[in-house]
Amino acid sequence: MLTVRMIPCLDVKDGRVVKGVRFQGLRDAGDPVECAVRYESQGADELVLLDVSATPEGRGNALETVRAVREQLGIPLTVGGGVRAARDAGALLDAGADKVAANTAAFERPALLTEIAERFGRQCAVLALDAARRGEGSTGGWEVVVRSGKERTGVCALEWAERAVRAGAGEILLTSWDRDGTGEGYDTELLRAVTERVSVPVIASGGASSAADCVAACEAGASAVLVASLFHDGVLTVDQLKSQLAESGVEVRP
Amino acid sequence: MSVPQVLVASTGTANTASVLAAFMRLGCEVRTTQAPEEVRDAEFVVLPGVGALAAAMQQLEARELSGALRERVAAGRPTLAICLGMQLLGEASDESPGAPALGLAAFRSVQLDGDVRVPHLGWNRVEPDAGCALLEPGYAYFAHSFCVREVEGDVVAARTDYGAPFVCAFERGALLACQFHPELSGAYGRDLLARWLAKGGASC
Repeated sequence: MLTVRMIPCLDVKDGRVVKGVRFQGLRDAGDPVECAVRYESQGADELVLLDVSATPEGRGNALETVRAVREQLGIPLTVGGGVRAARDAGALLDAGADKVAANTAAFERPALLTEIAERFGRQCAVLALDAARRGEGSTGGWEVVVRSGKERTGVCALEWAERAVRAGAGEILLTSWDRDGTGEGYDTELLRAVTERVSVPVIASGGASSAADCVAACEAGASAVLVASLFHDGVLTVDQLKSQLAESGVEVRP
Repeated sequence: MSVPQVLVASTGTANTASVLAAFMRLGCEVRTTQAPEEVRDAEFVVLPGVGALAAAMQQLEARELSGALRERVAAGRPTLAICLGMQLLGEASDESPGAPALGLAAFRSVQLDGDVRVPHLGWNRVEPDAGCALLEPGYAYFAHSFCVREVEGDVVAARTDYGAPFVCAFERGALLACQFHPELSGAYGRDLLARWLAKGGASC
């Protein structure tokens, strides 16, 4: 049986792991290679590395970081941040990524997902989808947020998820903008709505603060859970969280 | 004992960084090659692969690597095929109807189906049939949309269940084919690669 993946996320800026709340107020959380090795030894099933650098120099550092992490890492590595063209994806794959995640650029030009899928396979093309609940008084649901959470698009997140899969996305990394870094738990309504809409695996992201949150995400249809603050802050180790999941009846890799 | 020399056959589209890194961590000398004679004669050869079968076959033909691979497998030299690499060993795939594959094993790849999410992404259980020398039970990492349901002939297989059972790996002497990615399968994958190298006479 396919196990639920536990995926630590490293937000990397200028070669360092950082973490913020609702994409803001970044604080230092360590060296990427050290974090990666530690998480693998704790039983992480995969690693996501998001480059949150704002400058071209930062992007160059990100490729170096990917190379350094790859040398040491024996589990899959997904890299996102600044992927605007198939050649950006190619550069990340050459450096050692196994999958690439596209967010704003894919939203603005969905053919990017098609290009990545055609060249490298759809299992390689991950849509990073940031979704925010619509404000009070609106029709409800979620809208797509781009540019690292700075811009609300007004576009329905569920419709975009479906279009992105048609374009070539083989997986969706679904982040709840409202919950990111808050520890209030995953937005399970959002997860359920997206997983019912698409047939590709969905990674739950944003808001985890306990094993119960992860169990709820799995029950809402997530194939994997992304965790950042909980691990970076040393609240729980990966193996502790996995054994709690196992006790709750969720299949995890031992 | 000399350092094992591993060559990764370059299919153009394949992502080889993870494969290279895995063998480096095992203390091997490893690099990619496009030279047919190297692919034919090297001590250890890996056939990786992502993307579509027809495109990969086209690259193998254009680089004259298909003949080299057929010769080395026929000669029993240690060869490891990963993911699409495994599907390339068969006769054909529903992914690319009409495109013949290498024909080194008797199977056809078909689309994953049943009540499951596709692609099959993540860690799933490997259950070897009796008689496997290299493959052991454990969890390995998968990333694929097509699969092999059964392999005919003189191979021993391991199976994984996803919607329905499929062949997640098979071996025939020093030929090892894995639908999963040993290079991304943590300690399980590292140990499998080490056993394959040892079977071919290397120590690491």
